[in-house]
Amino acid sequence: MTALASATAAATEAESLPLDRIDVSRAELFERNVEGEYFARLRREDPVHYCAESAYGPYWSITTYKDIMAVDTNHQVFSSDAGLGGILIDDNIQKSGGGGIDLPNFIGMDPPQHDEQRKAVSPIVAPANLAKLEGTIRERVGRVLDGLPVGEEFDWVPAVSIELTTQMLATLFDFPFEDRRKLTRWSDVTVAEPGSGIIDSWEQRNSELMECANYFQRLWNERVNSDPGSDLISMLAHSPATRNMTAENYLGNVVLLIVGGNDTTRNSMTGGVLALHQNPAEFAKLKANPTLIDSMVPEIIRWQTPLSHMRRTAVADAELGGKTIRKGDKVVMWYVSGNRDDTAIDRPEAFIIDRERPRQHLSFGFGIHRCVGNRLAEMQLKILWEEILKRFSRIEVTGDPVRVRSNFVRGYASLPVRLHA
Amino acid sequence: MLHIKYVEANGTEYLVETDAGFNAMEVAVKNGIPGIDGDCGGAAACATCHVYVDPGWIEKTGKAAEGLEQSMLEFAEDVQDNSRLACQIKLDDALDGLVLKLPEKQH
Repeated sequence: MTALASATAAATEAESLPLDRIDVSRAELFERNVEGEYFARLRREDPVHYCAESAYGPYWSITTYKDIMAVDTNHQVFSSDAGLGGILIDDNIQKSGGGGIDLPNFIGMDPPQHDEQRKAVSPIVAPANLAKLEGTIRERVGRVLDGLPVGEEFDWVPAVSIELTTQMLATLFDFPFEDRRKLTRWSDVTVAEPGSGIIDSWEQRNSELMECANYFQRLWNERVNSDPGSDLISMLAHSPATRNMTAENYLGNVVLLIVGGNDTTRNSMTGGVLALHQNPAEFAKLKANPTLIDSMVPEIIRWQTPLSHMRRTAVADAELGGKTIRKGDKVVMWYVSGNRDDTAIDRPEAFIIDRERPRQHLSFGFGIHRCVGNRLAEMQLKILWEEILKRFSRIEVTGDPVRVRSNFVRGYASLPVRLHA
Repeated sequence: MLHIKYVEANGTEYLVETDAGFNAMEVAVKNGIPGIDGDCGGAAACATCHVYVDPGWIEKTGKAAEGLEQSMLEFAEDVQDNSRLACQIKLDDALDGLVLKLPEKQH
């Protein structure tokens, strides 16, 4: 089936299915890039939607901007606790019992423990530290871009997006630079389910995560016995809030920081190339006025929405959109849908690099779990685009992107491109 | 009609006029005051409108409210006793002349 025929078939299916059979958690919808049709229908007809049967059990879908904001800012009722299933629709990613292992970390905690652990690592992405990182990032971006072939087709994902985000992570952890691709692998493995194309079984995932744990345990042992340093591992090893945490809590926080710093920025780096290719008038605007990079960067992050959802568990009954969510229910906030909600965002399907309030999007979440690294992500993307514009007249996308089969990471396995001098 | 003064960390002052009924984040954004982002649109959910209320005014504005405002300020930079989220300061005539200082950067 051609891409167009497949999209038309999906639109028909999204419109014709009985509402109670709509299950937006099917990862193949995201791989085929047709999830938007389903979410458009839910926003219109059933914005707080109950799905009784899915691969992840019953769950609620929250699909509008306003309702997502209401859930995200009500952490007293909508818990992130990993013991209840954590922050992903698949309980097994953070919790043992169904195949996975326990990975407690601060995104999967409620206050007060969340606050203490988050504060242990947040200084690394505070404004003062970002200013210190800027020069290093710019130099590396320049080096990577200067090494790319001009006029030949290559895959942007490994050559630029993975390379740059992995280098950044290695720096933040002060991780052995030559081993940095292990971080990419562990990031992919952490959020993978069997059948995703990344791992074949939970056993395989758990054993790769154990390698990760052992590697990081060595680094912890080195850092805990040295003076406090400015890298993330040293911060965790010396902060009163985290220095006595269990080995599994350490692994949980490590994989959180790896995934948080990796999948997200990586896929926004790729998404921006695709968005500008599909919207030549916006690219022309950018070339005429490169200062628009400042508003383009949050627009890329909105347009891409590199994490499709975050999940909560209700710890009390709650009313939302005329429905009653019961204590114990699984509640999924679909950021990817809220970012396409035309009651909150003007012409949300369009990629517009000079929006008036480009930062009003859900990609970072809101409330106490809002992305801690948001300013770093924006800075990485800003520098990337500044350096691209200095070097190339155009990035031509030469074929269809291959999308990741995941209802969580909304991203690309590959994107073929050709650079124009 | 009332007047609000915003003072950047470097000392630059902005005196703006507004009708009552708006909050101090909206007024700053509408007037293009640098350093007040207001990403969440006024829900106390992003902490990008952190301000320091001039000590002479803190009694009238009140301190940060319990709940989300205090929780979000937990994660802001250089938080002090007079820190507030500007979006939670509702402007009325009693606040005519209010002085709000901005932090170095929003996080």
